Amino acid sequence: MHDMSAHVAHHAPPTSFIRKHVFSLDHKVIGKQYYGLAFVAVLIGMFLSWLMRIHLGWTNFAIPGLHLLSSNGAPGNVMTPEYYLQLMTMHATIMVFFVLTTAPFAAFGNYFLPIQVGAEDMPFPRFNMMSFWVTFVGFLVLVASFFVSDGPTLGGWTQYAPLSAVGTVGGPGEGMGVVLWAASIAIFCVGQLLGSLNFITTTLDMRTKGMSLWRLPLSAWAWFITSCMGLTAFAVLMPGCILLILDHVAGTSFFVPSNLVINDQLQPHAGGSTLLWQHLFWFFGHPEVYIAIVPGMGIVSHVLITNMRRPMLSHRVLVYSMAALAVLSYMVYGHHMFVSGMNPISSLAFSFPTLIITIPSTIIVLIWLGSLYGARLRINSASLFALGFISMFIAGGVSGFFLAQPSLDIMLHATYFVVGHFHMVMGVAAMFGIFAGTYFWFPKMFGRMMNETLGKLHFWLSFVGAYAIFMPFHYLGMAGNVRRYQAFAPDYMQPLVPLHRFITVAALLTGAAQLIFVYNLIYSRFWGEPATDNPWQGTSLEWSTPTTPPPHNNFGDKLPEVYHDPYQYGVESSMGDYVMQASPERVETVSDEA
Amino acid sequence: MATIVHEPPRIEEQRDRSPLVSDSGNGGWRNLVPADGELRLVQEYAPPPSSTGIWVALAAISMSFAALTSALVVRKGGALDWRHFTLPSILYLNTVLLLASSVTLEISRRRVATFMGGVRSQVASPARWLYLTLALGLLFVAGQYAAWRQLNAQGLYLATNPSSSFFYVLTAAHGLHVLGGLGGLGRVIRKLNTLSLRRSTLDATSRYWHFMDVLWIYLLLLLWAKL
Amino acid sequence: MAKFFAVTIFVIAILSAIPILQHTWWMAPDISTHGALIDEQMSETMAEAGISFLASQILLAFFIWRFSGARPGEKTKNFPGGAKTVVWAGFLLVGAEVLALGVFGVKAWANIYLVPPAANAMPIQVQAGQFAFYFRYPGPDGTFGAMHPDMISEANQNFFGLDTDHDPDAKDDLVTAEMAVPVNREIHLLMHSKDVGHSFFVPELRVQQDFVPGLDLSLHFTATKVGKYEIVCTQLCGLGHYNMKAYLYVMSQEDFDNWLKKEAALQ
Repeated sequence: MHDMSAHVAHHAPPTSFIRKHVFSLDHKVIGKQYYGLAFVAVLIGMFLSWLMRIHLGWTNFAIPGLHLLSSNGAPGNVMTPEYYLQLMTMHATIMVFFVLTTAPFAAFGNYFLPIQVGAEDMPFPRFNMMSFWVTFVGFLVLVASFFVSDGPTLGGWTQYAPLSAVGTVGGPGEGMGVVLWAASIAIFCVGQLLGSLNFITTTLDMRTKGMSLWRLPLSAWAWFITSCMGLTAFAVLMPGCILLILDHVAGTSFFVPSNLVINDQLQPHAGGSTLLWQHLFWFFGHPEVYIAIVPGMGIVSHVLITNMRRPMLSHRVLVYSMAALAVLSYMVYGHHMFVSGMNPISSLAFSFPTLIITIPSTIIVLIWLGSLYGARLRINSASLFALGFISMFIAGGVSGFFLAQPSLDIMLHATYFVVGHFHMVMGVAAMFGIFAGTYFWFPKMFGRMMNETLGKLHFWLSFVGAYAIFMPFHYLGMAGNVRRYQAFAPDYMQPLVPLHRFITVAALLTGAAQLIFVYNLIYSRFWGEPATDNPWQGTSLEWSTPTTPPPHNNFGDKLPEVYHDPYQYGVESSMGDYVMQASPERVETVSDEA
Repeated sequence: MATIVHEPPRIEEQRDRSPLVSDSGNGGWRNLVPADGELRLVQEYAPPPSSTGIWVALAAISMSFAALTSALVVRKGGALDWRHFTLPSILYLNTVLLLASSVTLEISRRRVATFMGGVRSQVASPARWLYLTLALGLLFVAGQYAAWRQLNAQGLYLATNPSSSFFYVLTAAHGLHVLGGLGGLGRVIRKLNTLSLRRSTLDATSRYWHFMDVLWIYLLLLLWAKL
Repeated sequence: MAKFFAVTIFVIAILSAIPILQHTWWMAPDISTHGALIDEQMSETMAEAGISFLASQILLAFFIWRFSGARPGEKTKNFPGGAKTVVWAGFLLVGAEVLALGVFGVKAWANIYLVPPAANAMPIQVQAGQFAFYFRYPGPDGTFGAMHPDMISEANQNFFGLDTDHDPDAKDDLVTAEMAVPVNREIHLLMHSKDVGHSFFVPELRVQQDFVPGLDLSLHFTATKVGKYEIVCTQLCGLGHYNMKAYLYVMSQEDFDNWLKKEAALQ
């Protein structure tokens, strides 16, 4: 009988160091490489945020050694206004692209999606390998902008035209810095498109015998839905970036209107549309934030179920809701442009889907809460971060009620309210999803357990710290504190400086707490307690691999056959209160009521 | 170029409908067949991954060109500096070449299918038609470049006018994807010559190539209507 | 640890709510005619968001407290009503809530953007450029002179590119670095960007609108309280973005007329 799921080019296990660890076709290695990239990126991004926060609390403070990072950005170690903006732009770009898209989606997805569907590898391993290396090159190009004479671009991760398109007259970093930024992002888009190609094809075509779509774990569904979003969103950003580069290097005027006067010089561009960039960017930009959060929702659901010892109240409702989020995410992007000068009727038109997208988000949270009812919850680092995700997602989500309304956006647009909103959902909730996934899957990936005490300590400091940092952002926003300011020059913002200083202290302490995680990760990798194949008594296929870490072809000689739905917990079987998907044992199973 | 073989190559089974453990007759896409009431061993039919893969890729490419189309429409609508120009006539010849290449590709594909089915008589021609497709594709790209030169002669460059900007951007984007398609065709030819070609690879490559045609017709119409 | 976690969530939720309830850091008092609807919308949204936030965090905390730790023999239970209840709750509660917010919010928005300025609204032009706002009053003839971008020169203080030598309409235009408006008089603000994107934000006036290079946008408002306020830029425009601000003076009609005379003498 022909093995249908083995359309992969059966690649033999590699032998050379380069083939094993550098240019590997193995999705597990690629997943770990992505994780490594995200790890380096998050340390850089976090470091940049420390510099920013110190400067915001104490604007004229000379940060020791800062001039080494940039001699003209920080003469005498005091950050210049432009350098603040450059660091801010790089902080955001690195975090959104190279951490939040990379870790939950590309890293964990690459590692676990093929295993969770019961495949040997992804169907296009060479494209998969290329996707990592292309992404990596994108990262290098971005970081290179730190080293050009003018420094990185200062236009924010949103790079609004015409500032981003007029060239060096716009300010420091607006020449080569922008070109490198746009090139980096365009390259990143290509890498992620190659990745999405593999994810979608894996989910649709590589499932093992017995693995129907409804038997996929929620993490697999989340990765699949995210890759569909990625396919459409990144495919739109890439041409946008190319048009931006052309405005810079080829003298075109896609985004630059006529009659601009900078430094008393009439600019040569003519006729371009400023709003066109915003439409192209946000058509990508809104789905992008769902790309950042949906894998986290999948991971958190997966981790929680294992630790609650019961399936979700409704598996299908969660899947439908995540899919609804994905679809609606394309209809809401104009809420970033309510006061942009676009037609006010368009603003109203975008506000309704934005309000409606609350519904699937709420349903997801309520399903989680409803599933906690009557559960037998186990507390460990992974489940703490998963529960923390829920709390953070609620906190970050409710501020969305405000931002969805154009009339309120008049007061809240471009203030710290927005910054608080997206940091809670992306900077905290999505990060917590990454942490939950790490603590949960580390044993499978590396064959060792992470230290539980350190994990819990990391959680406590992060949870309390994150609230201490980001809840005040909302208060600042209500008081009219404008964002992207390197110092608070207006009179009415002076009374807000003490709150900024409080936030800075909280940020530095919480940042320091992350070093516990870094230590735990590195220590456990080499000296952690050896892990069994199924330390959490999980049911999905990753816990059925013959060895831990899994062998090169994931399942050894024979691919698993799936007999059960993914989350058969709370049953009576020979193993205890659960039965694994690949186990042929007959038990009285729980079925989805939906 | 003839490839002499004595045996048809081993065929890749694409549509293997293996029987279920307990087949109640409706094995197929996404159905849940109760094996014996309790245990549900679910059988699925999966198309070859390259087939799904190519559709996914075409979806992404379509989105990119959709984005460029919106950019064109917005840019044209927003400003008063749009200058119409006549499309270089060689574009129409290029279109014919590209369409012809799709025809030759289809002929080739059917011949390969027959060959893989075991009929030896058509051995030599699939490769020949593939080479012809490749040649027509290269001529198309050369013709596009000639169109650019024609525009240059009229003083229309990338930055001259937004209309010319979009002409170059759209034709360049399409041309790059065509070059990718040529690479794919080259790979198919190489695999045919070494008798390691899979039906699914050939089908996927063909689908991509035909899409380049469809995309070009769309772009031509867009450029003709708007420029 | 679960119980400790539950308590922590509860405490954090309450602590977060306190500054909101106390209005410790809050919007400045409204001095506009259209702001009341915005403020009302804000309060309603805050109430709904606040209740949702507190209810869900407390529920989360409670469930963590109650349902953690495996008691031997205790089986998992289903939420009463199951998923169906939850989904309907989601749709009905939240759906109704957000639609209400949306529908009522339309009024506040339409009132500002879909109502044209009054016929006798006073036109004032504001130009945003790296990194300052400049204002232009049409002068006694009520007409703005034409702007010539090629004549714009900060060095010569010709911020609007006016041809005062040849253009009679431009001769009496008043160009100032501060904005003054008479109280209770509708202003029609004509917005123009000299270079890149900027934005006009006066929190007390309940007004925020981007300047879009290449587009001539406008908004209208009426200030109801005399005082000195700040206009700040909220669209990232370069290194001086943080410092790009101007003062807005709302004055009595008499004071405003005097101010106009004083400014005219300085031109």
